Amino acid sequence: MNQAQNFLKGILKENPVLILILGTCPTLAVTSSAQNGLGMGLAATFVLLCSNAVIAAIKDLVPDKVRIPIYIVVIAAFVTIVDLVMAAYTPALHKTLGIFIPLIVVNCIILGRAEAFAARNDVLSSVVDGAGMGVGFTLALTVLGAIREALGSGAVFGQKFLAGDGILLFVLPPGAFICFAFMIAAVNALNRAMAAKGKR
Amino acid sequence: MEYVLIIISAVFVNNIVLTRFLGICPFLGVSNKFSNAFGMSGGVLFVMTLATVVTYLINQYVLAPLGLGFLQTVIYILVIAALVQMVEIVLKKVSPALYRALGVYLPLITTNCTILGVAILVIQNNMNLAESIVFAIANGLGFSFALVLFAGLREQMALSDIPEGLKGAPIALITAGLLSMAFMGFAGIVK
Repeated sequence: MNQAQNFLKGILKENPVLILILGTCPTLAVTSSAQNGLGMGLAATFVLLCSNAVIAAIKDLVPDKVRIPIYIVVIAAFVTIVDLVMAAYTPALHKTLGIFIPLIVVNCIILGRAEAFAARNDVLSSVVDGAGMGVGFTLALTVLGAIREALGSGAVFGQKFLAGDGILLFVLPPGAFICFAFMIAAVNALNRAMAAKGKR
Repeated sequence: MEYVLIIISAVFVNNIVLTRFLGICPFLGVSNKFSNAFGMSGGVLFVMTLATVVTYLINQYVLAPLGLGFLQTVIYILVIAALVQMVEIVLKKVSPALYRALGVYLPLITTNCTILGVAILVIQNNMNLAESIVFAIANGLGFSFALVLFAGLREQMALSDIPEGLKGAPIALITAGLLSMAFMGFAGIVK
């Protein structure tokens, strides 16, 4: 597999959120607006890139039995960096995302990629894999955030395009579940259609 | 009275799964059978209470006095991972029956964000030790309540005719959405 394919698989074919259904907690919780989704996506992407790079670099030094705790500490270190940087430079976003920034540590996408990819591949492929997965995650969150914001308050990225209040439900928790469900169904349908086309 | 309010708020009004969105992975993952849901609930309730007490004490007596607050995330996740491992070893020795019931769920609990989430929420909300314990138990109960309700719904759903495109994760999420909507009816009971 070349690097371009390696990068692209994270976006649609193996999208971590929409196909593998990992990292659902932040996906549902922070997507009440497109901007929050984008912020969360970028923070997780940074952690994913750095942790994949470091874990691929140290994989031969780590004893097999204690690898998971070591991976978690590497991830937690980068999460702390993101947390402090965001608190300093984007305090408003940091406040909105709140508890979900430290919780990037237990985001299963990151540990999943460390275990499934970075621990078995060289540094360059791991960084590319991290970038692809990160972009896939960010895209999914931003699109879901945009859809919920558009339906719920008639705006995208804070830019109002409809007068009035919109359907409040979509900004509230139930709307997150329901929008996410239809998004997964749509991506499944798209993937199936593409697979059927490829076969013919 | 204060404690009663904490419990009602954590179980119904701000349910950890349905309104705070923590622990969605096990919520979707182990809810296809009633018995699995019970096992997972028990494990989470137990580990959550223990982890909250331990991390609270570490924060109060080690991290806060030494000004090491920035290490919170790293230390907490390590403590939780070690604790889960320890609970597993102790249970295996002390109560094989309980170990058989909870054993397979314990490793999954380390990466369950409810545990770390509650440990951090307790510190953020400046709770004291007694409040923290009540808060942890109440959130464990809230998680169990949502999970068991959801498992019951999904067992029924296994028999129904679902449109092709919505099978699997989508229909589970829509059900969770409806359940979450039902829980919104509790909003306003506690401020």
